[in-house]
Amino acid sequence: MEITLIYWLVPTLVMFCCGVYGFITRKNMIAILISLELMLNAVDINFALFNRYLHPEMMEGMFFTLFAIAIAAAETAVAIAIILNIFRSVKNVDVQGIDQMKF
Amino acid sequence: MDSVGSIILYVVIALVMIACSVLAVTTRKILRAATYLLFTLFAAAALYFMLGYEFLGAVQIAVYAGGIVVLFVFAILLTSKPGDKAEKLTSKSHTLGMVAALAMLCVAGYGLVKQVISATAMPQMAEQTMAEVGETLMGTGHAQYLLPFEAVSVLLLACIIGGVVIARKR
Amino acid sequence: MTTLAILILAIPLFMFLLLGLLGMKMSHKLAGWLGCLGMGTTLVLAYTTAFTYYFDPEYTSEIGQRLQVLLFNETWLQFTEKLVINIGFLLDPISALMLVVITTISFLVHLYSLGYMEGEKGFQRYYAFLSLFSFSMLLLVVATNIFQMYIGWELVGASSYLLIGFYYTKHSAVSASKKAFIVTRFADLGFLLGILILSFYTETFDFITLTSNPDAVLTRFGGATFMGASALTWALILIFTGGMGKSAMMPLHIWLPDAMEGPTPVSALIHAATMVVAGVFLVARMFPVYLLDFDATLFIVCVGGITAFYAAMVACTQIDIKRVLAFSTISQIAFMMVSLGVASDGMGIPSHHGLGYMASMFHMFTHAMFKALLFLGAGALIHAVHSNDYTAMHGLRKYMPITHVTFLIGCLAIAGIPPFSGFFSKDEILAACYHWHPFIGLWMSMVAGLTAFYMFRLYYLIFWWKEHKVEHGHTPHEAPLPMRIPLIFLAAVSVVAGFIPFGHFVTWDRMPYDIHLDLAVAGSSIGIALVAIFIAYKMYCHENNAPAKMKAALPALWDWCHHRFYWDELYMFITHKIIFGLICKPIAWFDRHIIDGTMDAFAIVTNKASYAIRGLQSGQVQMYVWVYLIGALLLAAVGIICVF
Repeated sequence: MEITLIYWLVPTLVMFCCGVYGFITRKNMIAILISLELMLNAVDINFALFNRYLHPEMMEGMFFTLFAIAIAAAETAVAIAIILNIFRSVKNVDVQGIDQMKF
Repeated sequence: MDSVGSIILYVVIALVMIACSVLAVTTRKILRAATYLLFTLFAAAALYFMLGYEFLGAVQIAVYAGGIVVLFVFAILLTSKPGDKAEKLTSKSHTLGMVAALAMLCVAGYGLVKQVISATAMPQMAEQTMAEVGETLMGTGHAQYLLPFEAVSVLLLACIIGGVVIARKR
Repeated sequence: MTTLAILILAIPLFMFLLLGLLGMKMSHKLAGWLGCLGMGTTLVLAYTTAFTYYFDPEYTSEIGQRLQVLLFNETWLQFTEKLVINIGFLLDPISALMLVVITTISFLVHLYSLGYMEGEKGFQRYYAFLSLFSFSMLLLVVATNIFQMYIGWELVGASSYLLIGFYYTKHSAVSASKKAFIVTRFADLGFLLGILILSFYTETFDFITLTSNPDAVLTRFGGATFMGASALTWALILIFTGGMGKSAMMPLHIWLPDAMEGPTPVSALIHAATMVVAGVFLVARMFPVYLLDFDATLFIVCVGGITAFYAAMVACTQIDIKRVLAFSTISQIAFMMVSLGVASDGMGIPSHHGLGYMASMFHMFTHAMFKALLFLGAGALIHAVHSNDYTAMHGLRKYMPITHVTFLIGCLAIAGIPPFSGFFSKDEILAACYHWHPFIGLWMSMVAGLTAFYMFRLYYLIFWWKEHKVEHGHTPHEAPLPMRIPLIFLAAVSVVAGFIPFGHFVTWDRMPYDIHLDLAVAGSSIGIALVAIFIAYKMYCHENNAPAKMKAALPALWDWCHHRFYWDELYMFITHKIIFGLICKPIAWFDRHIIDGTMDAFAIVTNKASYAIRGLQSGQVQMYVWVYLIGALLLAAVGIICVF
């Protein structure tokens, strides 16, 4: 049995869809952030996979993943700072409770 | 034809990845969700090692598992009161989430089936040396990444300052 | 001389800026005396300039012709090679004459206002405006080209507007100032069109170029015609229209009687002596060109003749003494216009050595003096009784002897009784009219008779009629000294000005000649004037019912005269009913409903749509994400289906 590209892509797709589901259903902002990380990771893996399977002599995909990880770290740090700030002012991390920006 | 070892490895990684990500979004305790995320990240790191990207796998573990998940755990501990039960999902948001996820699955799955089903096995790749990775990251020539590297470092600096400014007590 | 010329223009302008910008920081007295000082300096400079010009042989050619001197003429605006506008100082007999007239009257009015305007709110502003007016009027009369004259023309219009509306809290003053401005602006449109036509053909604005060689002008016009009249006629009539507006000729006279809402010294300066003769000055300045065109000349004579008679008729029935004087001004300016018209025989040759031209300028000079005197006298009366109507005056001769005597001198001068100045100038005008056509002569003699009648009617009603009724112990008193000095000075000038050998100073071709009295004309006009005065004496000297009888005998005529032949009503009808009603209202409706309506509809639709869809902005981030994701997936699905 050959482990072709599709064998890897299906788990990552499932992972991505879990991220989508979690992002939409969860109320806790940190849980939403966790879902976001899932999606991001699924995409990261795909970069590396395509690089490895289609152009093994190059390193673009790998480096793209590398930078994506760095940016994800930055994003998470800022997001958590914001969440903590919100929590401090409204004692709540429920995303549905924070709708001051509606019309 | 892959070796039996690699097939077993594949099955383990794929199963952990799927199971842990599903659990991460369905578990009702937020701290557990973070833990499942950690396992998913480990699975991804294992995948990177399997592909031959050892450096990437190391970064994945160091940054994601070592940095981000710890950050999550701290945030969770800071924001949840003891004895907090995770929220119950309303059926409406549950339906919406399912619709979105399934739609995503269908569209992307259709694309995969149509396009990538016939892709070949993993080709051979010369082993990456650390020197090679380092030169690519720090070089200024074609397909070398000094400029993005510097840009990311500036971004990280900005993010450090931003994080401090946003989260500090006033 | 050039320095003097620049200073003559610069000092009033500087005083305007000084008083206008810093006036409010000064006391009334300081501002008033500063204004007088500035104008006095200008007066001295202008007199020096004028006397040097008239008496220094340097300004006369070998054959005795007075020269036209450009003291300076600088390029001000250069648009293209040909279209150049200069600002300069043209000194010739009429501008020198006007320098004397303007500065004299202006200075006297400055002085007079110290008494008349004492304690008024905005005293400094008043003096600033007077300075502005003096500057603009001087700029106008020394213009070297039509365009500079037009600039001065508009500036005097603006300062006239400002001064008529000086009591801006009074509704009637505000509407009078607007009326004056709009009517004269409307006339100035004609003036501007005339300038454009004339300069289009002649390719010059310059007066000397235009007037020194009129035949060249005629050649340049060629045979261009429009609607049956030649282009030259059109140009000249349109330019004259500007003059009609400023000089209050029919049918553009309606603003002048209302302009009496301004302070009385202003009426004396602007609406009697200087600005309103700008139209006459304009025609005189362009006289060699007007000589070329008989149609334009005839037009001037007709307009002038009709206006003179009309204004004299109306003046006979007015109650407000300033209105009487205003209509008298209109009538006298019409005299000057007619006189200028009859100076030309339409063949390019002035009739009777341009007698009418000289007479017109002569009358302009004497009229400025005695009409300013009359207005300042009226100011003194109004100052004394606080009313404009003669019904509040009656029998004032005992209370105000100096005003009485000076006013009488003014009346005698305007009525044309020798040896007062009006006699000499009016006699020259009548002589010129008789030379041109006997009918015009008879017509103008009749108007002269009416003039004598209404002036003495006014005189008797103010100073005689019956004993003055002293109300609330308020006895009328003689005016203060600063007001008396101008009265006495102007009265003296009105007595002696007629003996100036005017033909030596101002003639159409600037060649001096001796004027002589036409005994037949002089005798008959004295006779007419005396008869008219006698009638006025009979009717108005002592209280009687003759005026009432007259009124009862000719009610229609009296009504028409009293209501100024319903000109204002006609204008109101045309503007309000026809223009506003038929043109403006539909346009306003269209604007309000169609144009604004369209815009409102856009706004309403946008507003309603926004309210309808604002529910989408629920503030639920997850909802946004869901919508975004579904949209993105749809797009992706479409893409996938299309590609594969």
